[in-house]
Amino acid sequence: MSDSFLKRNPSVLIFLAVLALFVLAVTLLAEGAGAGVISTSFVKTLGKTLCLALVAVAMDLVWGYTGILSLGHFAFFGLGGYMIGMWLMYARTQAIVMSSLAEASIPATESEITDAIGNQIFGVVGSSEFPLIWIFADSLVLQLVLVVAVPGILALVFGWLAFRSRVTGVYLSILTQAMTLGLALYLFQNDSGLRGNNGLSGLQNLPGMDHVPQATLSIWFFWASAAALALGYLFAAWIVSGKFGSVLRGIRDNEARVRFLGYSVEGYKLFIFTVTAIIAGIAGALYYPQAGIINPAEIAPVASIYLAVWVAIGGRGRLYGAVIGAVFVSLVSSWFTGGQAPDVNLGFYTLKWVDWWLIVLGLSFVLVTLFAPRGIGGLVDLWSERRRPDRHGADLGPGAGALREKEASK
Amino acid sequence: MRISLLAGLMVLLTSLAALAQQASAQMALDEPAPMQSLLQEQSAVILKSSRKTIAPAIAAIAGSELPQAQAVLQAWQVKALWMRKSDGLFFRGEKLESKSYRLFDFDSGEVIGEFPKSDLKQIKPNSGIRAMIATALVQFQLSDPDPVRRQEALLAIERAPAAALLAPLRASIETEPDAGIKARKTRIAQLLTIAHDADEARRVETINAMSGDLGLDVRATLNPLVATQLQAFGGAVPEGLNIARAVMPGDDALSRDAAYGLLVGAKLAPPLVSKDEIRTTLAAHIDGGKVGGVPIAQLNTDEARARAYAALVAAEMAPAQITEAEVTQSLNDHIFAEVYHEPSQAITTAAEAALTSIDTQVVIGQTVDLTLDALSLASIYFLAAIGLAITFGVMGVINMAHGEFIMMGAYTGYVVQQVIPNHTVSLLLAVPLAFAVTFAAGVAMERLVIRWLYNRPLETLLATFGISIALQQLAKNIFGTQARPLTAPGWLDGAWIINDVVSISYIRIAIFMLALIFLGVFLFIMRRTRLGLETRAVTQNRAMAGSMGINPERVNMLTFGLGSGIAGIAGVAIGLFAKVTSELGSDYIVQSFMTVVVGGVGNIWGTLAGATMIGFFQKGVEWLNPSNTLAAQTYMILFIIVFIQFRPRGIIALKGRAAGD
Repeated sequence: MSDSFLKRNPSVLIFLAVLALFVLAVTLLAEGAGAGVISTSFVKTLGKTLCLALVAVAMDLVWGYTGILSLGHFAFFGLGGYMIGMWLMYARTQAIVMSSLAEASIPATESEITDAIGNQIFGVVGSSEFPLIWIFADSLVLQLVLVVAVPGILALVFGWLAFRSRVTGVYLSILTQAMTLGLALYLFQNDSGLRGNNGLSGLQNLPGMDHVPQATLSIWFFWASAAALALGYLFAAWIVSGKFGSVLRGIRDNEARVRFLGYSVEGYKLFIFTVTAIIAGIAGALYYPQAGIINPAEIAPVASIYLAVWVAIGGRGRLYGAVIGAVFVSLVSSWFTGGQAPDVNLGFYTLKWVDWWLIVLGLSFVLVTLFAPRGIGGLVDLWSERRRPDRHGADLGPGAGALREKEASK
Repeated sequence: MRISLLAGLMVLLTSLAALAQQASAQMALDEPAPMQSLLQEQSAVILKSSRKTIAPAIAAIAGSELPQAQAVLQAWQVKALWMRKSDGLFFRGEKLESKSYRLFDFDSGEVIGEFPKSDLKQIKPNSGIRAMIATALVQFQLSDPDPVRRQEALLAIERAPAAALLAPLRASIETEPDAGIKARKTRIAQLLTIAHDADEARRVETINAMSGDLGLDVRATLNPLVATQLQAFGGAVPEGLNIARAVMPGDDALSRDAAYGLLVGAKLAPPLVSKDEIRTTLAAHIDGGKVGGVPIAQLNTDEARARAYAALVAAEMAPAQITEAEVTQSLNDHIFAEVYHEPSQAITTAAEAALTSIDTQVVIGQTVDLTLDALSLASIYFLAAIGLAITFGVMGVINMAHGEFIMMGAYTGYVVQQVIPNHTVSLLLAVPLAFAVTFAAGVAMERLVIRWLYNRPLETLLATFGISIALQQLAKNIFGTQARPLTAPGWLDGAWIINDVVSISYIRIAIFMLALIFLGVFLFIMRRTRLGLETRAVTQNRAMAGSMGINPERVNMLTFGLGSGIAGIAGVAIGLFAKVTSELGSDYIVQSFMTVVVGGVGNIWGTLAGATMIGFFQKGVEWLNPSNTLAAQTYMILFIIVFIQFRPRGIIALKGRAAGD
């Protein structure tokens, strides 16, 4: 099975090989483990980019393969980050509080420790009580379960409500966008229990690992992100390669026809929506410890739209396209907005990329949508199609069904 | 004493007059003048200048009924009252060059002469005394011939109502020539009566008379009358206290902890030993690694600490802990009651009744006010969504850059205002200009992008999003990130105030009217014009419409331009009350789509119903949880998601073939 699966999907092997080479190269060149050519902060950037690639793969599953343009997957990503952030913040504050209380003449009681931690964490929003949602924050295992469970259950409930009432197409996009906005606004409140717009901070420090330098930690997280991306990619490739994947593509191309064939369209959609939400949550749980801070602005609807932008630029309906899009756009974006790109002097006006990058991105996105619907990944087709006979001509794009031009005009 | 002296003076004067009639006028001037003698009488107190003892002196001057009283008080207030050290007489001083002062007599107003500062003593009232003088001066200002001064005096009374002002205020009502000021005086006199009159029956009567009044000042006057304080009594409640109600510890109003705290505060019960105190006491009695026989390392539970503390208590090294049984005993031994500060029961009863009736009125008023607020919010959503109702609702094109068209409209208004300073003219000019700008932008966008994506709606969404972020950044590059002012003309400032509870700003009324106009224009264009007919035809069946001689491309272009142009006008309106920033549009885009989706696509009445529902729902949640507008939006979105479950096609769903899929 495994043999034939890989044989049928040579791109998976190529992708894994490239990823492995990349990880090896970064590890050898990084400050923490080897030569020190790559700074710790850049290793973190690369690790974060791999997490973004993972959530882009999830987005590609749900949008590129199933045709659900979800504008809520970055919310699931953020929720995963919040869940792991709760443990990181709790455990680290606990360590600090314990060491300061240890100097007192009388050992502290349980409740005194809890109060002190609560005061430390929630002092900034004018409270010291632990809200109910922090009930598992002292246990890493339970919070890891929540990383999977919270986005999963939210996606399950939301998807069930949305799909059963047959909300499709742009309506579903708007509804998911509304969900994301609602969640972000909720988290912005101080009494949401997650420190309002302060968010959770200090996540880059692993509790109990104070002796390990950040340079080493960053490499660990980089490895973990790469492993998660590899596993997520394999899983996604496995899902879309079998019959299940065919049904998904069928739903994308003509939902009604698949339903009439007797498939439970809602069940398939719900499954893929929930699974990708869980993948997004895991990606978020790996991303935010590298970023060090999470706040509700990260979940704003626009972040989810950017996710769609990456996938579209990389190329929908192919998993490596999503990865290429996420890596390319996020790295190029951070290069331009980080002030590293040289300003362009036009004589009458100096073009500052910090100001103009978003305009370039927005317009290039329009251009990609209009002229290159297959994205960067479409470049691969130029090479692979040369080996195949040209049977039909250009396809009409994912929205217009599976018909190709010649079939459609018959 | 003062009166007897005055009488003595009078007697003296009359006898002098009788003795030497022809020289009487001259004689009177030579006598110590009335104000000066009054001041001499109060001299000790005035010189002492202490807030605690000064009151009689001020009262004596203010109540002297001498015409000079006001001048004396005013001079005193501005530190222009001087005493001549040689004879202790008081004068008004005016500073000259070279540290000398010219003195004026209060009674005659004549210049006495110029004196160096060393011969004089300045009376310097502190701020407390100046406030008392100001209060005393109010009675003069109340009948001042200048109405502005009278208004000022009334304002001073409103700011610092005092019992002493009641009599002069009442006295001044009769002679008040100005009807408006007279009404105001009457009202303030009533409020003062409620708060400070000595006559209880009159207070009750006034309270009853004002019980239907919605004014904030009435409530502010009545509320202190019904203010209560929770008190604990051992045994029976003493006579003569005005009890509001008895309270049992453990009720909602009074928890057991709070009740015991009250007892401790009133020194009726010994204080509880808190956990912190136990900890401190234990820490203070560490003895060879143990406290009360318990090893320190074990003291990390409350139970072990209690044991150690008990051992300390047994050794009489710490005060005993109060047990739960003792707390219960103390609580049972005492009666708790809320006691009015106001001693008179008749007054508190009347005030409670008046407040209840006012509260009923206030609730009605608030409902009206909330309804107006909700209507105004609904019209804002309607304005933001109506352009979308055309492009998304009628054409089925999802335009994520719609919000940026709203923003462009607002910035157009701002730019016009920079060129034309007259706000009214610039606003009238900005509306068509904003329409033109966004119409052009819409047409350009339709020609260049949307036309190629008509059968790929999800890609339209993404492409227009690309345009949206580009436009937003462009606006940021041009206008900067800080908010730009789009000022409403003067006639839109202020609010229509019906009473202290119900009010609505003119801008909101204008926006409501604008929403109604837009609705009318939309209906007219869609139902009565060629463009509307063609739009409906193209929407229903593009191919058929084309074969009937309609140019679908042109119709789509114009319809899209129309929707965008309306967004631009909405932008001018929204910019008048919201901050004009590059994010102005994105604040409204999700709500606008919600409005269209909830209302039902393809139907303007649906958009209207959707906007109304969302507006009312959001205001309703805000009313339930006033401190938190973010929560209101969250709940609104949750509500919409649930609502879509029951009516997936919106409030007003198209039926039959027009519904399509």
